Amino acid sequence: MFDSLIQNLFNGLQWGSFYSLIALGYTLVYGVLTLINFAHGDIFMVGAYIAFFVASFFLGHATGLPGWFVLTLTIPLTMILTAGVGVTLERIAYRPLRRKGADRLYVVITALMCGLILENGNLALLGASRKSFPELVDKTVYTFGMVSMTNLKIAVIISAILVFVLLQFIVTKTKIGMAMRAISYDKFAVPLMGIPIDTVIVFTFILGSSMAGLAGLLYSLSYPILDPYMGALIGWKAFIAAVVGGIGDIRGAFLGGFLLGFVEILVVAFFPSTFRDLIAFSILLLILVYKPTGLFGVAKTTKI
Amino acid sequence: MKKLSVPLLLFILFLTLTGLSHFGVLDRYVQSVIMFIGINIILSASLNIVNGYMGEFACGHAAFMAIGAYVSSVLNVFLFARDKVFGAPLLSPELALYFFPLVLLAGAAAAALAGMLVAIPSFKTRGDYLAIITIAANFIVTSTIININAIGGARGFMGMKKITFAMEDVIELPWMLIWVILGTIFSIWLIRRYVSSTYGKGIIAINQDEVAAEIMSVNTNRMKLMAFMISSGLAGLAGGLFAHILGYINPNSFGILKSTECLVMVYLGGMGSLSGSVISAIVFTLLLEGLRFVIPWIDSGLHWLHLIPDAYQVSQVWKWVLIPLILVLLMQFRPEGIMGNKELSDIFPKIKKWYRFR
Repeated sequence: MFDSLIQNLFNGLQWGSFYSLIALGYTLVYGVLTLINFAHGDIFMVGAYIAFFVASFFLGHATGLPGWFVLTLTIPLTMILTAGVGVTLERIAYRPLRRKGADRLYVVITALMCGLILENGNLALLGASRKSFPELVDKTVYTFGMVSMTNLKIAVIISAILVFVLLQFIVTKTKIGMAMRAISYDKFAVPLMGIPIDTVIVFTFILGSSMAGLAGLLYSLSYPILDPYMGALIGWKAFIAAVVGGIGDIRGAFLGGFLLGFVEILVVAFFPSTFRDLIAFSILLLILVYKPTGLFGVAKTTKI
Repeated sequence: MKKLSVPLLLFILFLTLTGLSHFGVLDRYVQSVIMFIGINIILSASLNIVNGYMGEFACGHAAFMAIGAYVSSVLNVFLFARDKVFGAPLLSPELALYFFPLVLLAGAAAAALAGMLVAIPSFKTRGDYLAIITIAANFIVTSTIININAIGGARGFMGMKKITFAMEDVIELPWMLIWVILGTIFSIWLIRRYVSSTYGKGIIAINQDEVAAEIMSVNTNRMKLMAFMISSGLAGLAGGLFAHILGYINPNSFGILKSTECLVMVYLGGMGSLSGSVISAIVFTLLLEGLRFVIPWIDSGLHWLHLIPDAYQVSQVWKWVLIPLILVLLMQFRPEGIMGNKELSDIFPKIKKWYRFR
């Protein structure tokens, strides 16, 4: 019983890592722009596909390369290319609207539409057949007592933690992080202080999208079947996780992702798997009803 | 004359559409497009109460549609049709025609009660946190339906065609078309009455400034409860009609994608504009159906110009790329939607002379 609980907690950590990585991207963009970037889940999907194409390119054109070498080439390339997709979206869809001073909700709708374009464009261009991701590293299973863990799962958890530490460092300790926090505090005074607001926003999108690309790569290594709609559901769930953690706060997104991962894995462990969404979302809803600003969110007081 | 012009116009429209359908001038496809336009009008106008007039961002409208659809279909099948699970009908199938509006209203009432699930958290929460609650409510509703085996679970629920056939056996008329048109007119009338009432003024005040509204003795909680319940109740009505048109429903067709469609229609039409909602629902549905015919033309045109390889065929999936693309472009050029927050009579003040519609 105890062993299976530990095993489930470990699986929850691994499953929550994906949610955390995606939720971090949501929360970064939200923290700076107060924009819910609903296309983020689909950027995750695009990241998985980019990883697939990059990895198969290297495997196909330079045969004989060892798997770990291909992987080390694939990781940075995927992150850069996915960041390119995110920045393109910001540049052609969100920035013109922001310049015009359109209502925030119209930007959210544009983001939703961009997500649909990415999903269905992928389906239309690549067809409905699912792609299976090549196996780059051999699986090694470590067993401690009754708890078994693979090297891949450990790598996923470690990279989620590393990404969190890196982002926390960037946002709280560096100058550009200070600029990001400043923009979220007051969007109108910041340009007057000589801070290039567009550069900071592009930097935010680069950070968020490259994390989504990394998540896509790790996800497709762990569950090597790709399909165009894989990003939609996981993206919505990660967003909910980010909000439960307290959106706009990096610690909140990180912990919210893990919380959702734990809850889902534990529900599946004790109930039929069709109850997963029902119970997980009910718990999150209860948390939000009792703590409306999320676990780490700060209640804003409204001035009259 | 001024008083009668709108009812007269609607009555003539109603008679023409049903007459043409009854005598077979409009084929089944055109009829179904008209019915979907009606349903989309109800959906977008009802979501506009919460998202437009009250200024919240509710993105789980399909959940209430699902509740209305399931409650009314299960009731109808339970009462008037022979079914594997529910057994023999309780009442004689001929009565289905007379009870149909009541059953639809029961579905709407159930959806309105479910609207409280979202309305009560909204007392404390606003903005993006409320958006999440609505999304979570959508997921909760669809996965609850998936887990109830008696109504088919993930396989879906069917048998509503028997009800439509039973109605047509009594009097040979296109009954679903009639109910959809009546339902649409009823919803628009109700929303119009509601928005111009004290309650409507109240939710507009909440949109402007909630604290100030509360100080001016607007009972904000009651206003919100009312707005959410009317909005979700009408969504339930639309869901009930939708279920009986298709004759088959499935929890996955009320997912977040359907909610996205409702959102798109509201923001395409303009927040807080009833005529905008109606226009955008018509435009959106016609666009959706029109592209079905345009895409084969695009395909043959591109092949004729040798722009794409012969093996590749432009499939209907492109429809769902083109529609979001059109909407994104529209947002760039007209970020406030088709009508903004104006009504048709604000743009063409002269037509005010011809009608009075309250």
